[in-house]
Amino acid sequence: MEKFSYINPARLEQVPGLLKDDWQSKVIAGGTDLLGEMKDYIESPKRLINLKSIPGLDQISADDGGLTIGAMATLTDITEHSEIQKNYTALAEAAGVVASPQIRNVGTLGGNLCQRPRCWYYRDPDTDCLKKGGNMCYALSGLNKYNAIFGGGPNYIVHPSDTAPALVALGAEVTILGAGGQRTIPLENFFILPTVANPYRENILEPNEIITQIHLPKPIANTTSFYIKLRERSSFDFALVSIAGVFQTQGKKCQDLSLILGGVAPAPWRSNEAEQVLRGQVISDDLGERAGKAAVKNADPMSDNAYKVTLTQNLVKRAAVMAVS
Amino acid sequence: MSRKVHVQTQINGENVEFLCEPRQSMLEVLRNELDLTGAKEGCNNGNCGACTIIVEGRPVNSCCMLGVEAEGKEIQTIEGVATPEGLHPLQQKFLEHAALQCGICTPGFIMNAKVLLETNPNPTEEEVRFWLAGNLCRCTGYDKIIRAVLDTTETTGVSTNG
Ligand code: FES
Ligand code: FES
Repeated sequence: MEKFSYINPARLEQVPGLLKDDWQSKVIAGGTDLLGEMKDYIESPKRLINLKSIPGLDQISADDGGLTIGAMATLTDITEHSEIQKNYTALAEAAGVVASPQIRNVGTLGGNLCQRPRCWYYRDPDTDCLKKGGNMCYALSGLNKYNAIFGGGPNYIVHPSDTAPALVALGAEVTILGAGGQRTIPLENFFILPTVANPYRENILEPNEIITQIHLPKPIANTTSFYIKLRERSSFDFALVSIAGVFQTQGKKCQDLSLILGGVAPAPWRSNEAEQVLRGQVISDDLGERAGKAAVKNADPMSDNAYKVTLTQNLVKRAAVMAVS
Repeated sequence: MSRKVHVQTQINGENVEFLCEPRQSMLEVLRNELDLTGAKEGCNNGNCGACTIIVEGRPVNSCCMLGVEAEGKEIQTIEGVATPEGLHPLQQKFLEHAALQCGICTPGFIMNAKVLLETNPNPTEEEVRFWLAGNLCRCTGYDKIIRAVLDTTETTGVSTNG
């Protein structure tokens, strides 16, 4: 790891100024992802701004408008929180299957949303891939078993977060603090797909901006939510494919829903196609099957990851059938 | 730019001070600066749990924590688990069940299991397996380790505070 200086701000308002806007400084929350990148020289910031020194950023509080979760709440805090378990089950379940217990004990919600991709070309210190300023995405012609089947190009990473699909499905908003003050936007608009002009980032944060909190709307009556994660190693692993489902139902009829896939695209991926098949309909095995097929109609698998198409199709069906049983 | 930082912390009930560079992990500080070599380095990236210590009551990977982040914290390491009177019940059960071969993973398993039994004195086998999911063992296999932990709960009940 390169040398850096470590700064403990006392107040949140100091952070944007300390970060400056040259990408040379970074905030550190739990650090489980960032320190890994620094050890492998993927990132070598000159200064780390420690968010743990700022009191109150880890609060979880309910109010009339819903639930507000501070960006520094740990994944363990979230998965053990009774109100989240009850009213925002998809989030409790997603936070509970991130990495290992030791990592969940320090890993934060803000960090989980901002974690960097796991693509092995990106993580390899000796590969100068497109994401790191090089001129090609090696996954395209290389080993791409874990890469994207939706939304890829010019790079083919998948977004590694478990909590992101759950929060997007639950209609979360994110509050961002920057030099110009605060703004709150739908979390779905926080994540971005790679473009030729900007293949580097996975979200809209500017170098001097941070996430301060996540806000969840009040749950709607007759709504259930859940998160299912498929992984190679069941003890702990990143998702091959995951799904966050939020279903508003009456008997077996699906009045409204949100279906967000993880592990398949460079950002949490809403399956509009599957939602359309299910919305307003009575859910049966058959309809679930159709939703699954619709979900993968536009999938664009690479040489080694067509298996993700099958997993996605089956997972969408499973989610639909589960929602009404 | 990165001067050494003076850190005051508490390790195994004793006040400890040390100097470290911001880039040194807590695992490096324990092993190289404080001669507490019980926590092991397996992967140095959060995958194996061999470096597990307890910080403010929660098991964490010390390789994924900076030494400077120990400031003001209460830390427990494997060195503080046995007492002059004898081994911790978990250590005793690991011996009886031969739940170790090379032993590299053992301090991490003991520290993690210790917190499990303090929070949940009578876990089911499933709970033990999920709790220990972040600890890898390359030689013993997990069955004997799980047996040892479960046997500690049956024989000693709640008395696992070390
Ligand atoms: S050495 Fe820390 S988790 Fe492996
Ligand atoms: S006893 Fe050797 S790794 Fe577990």
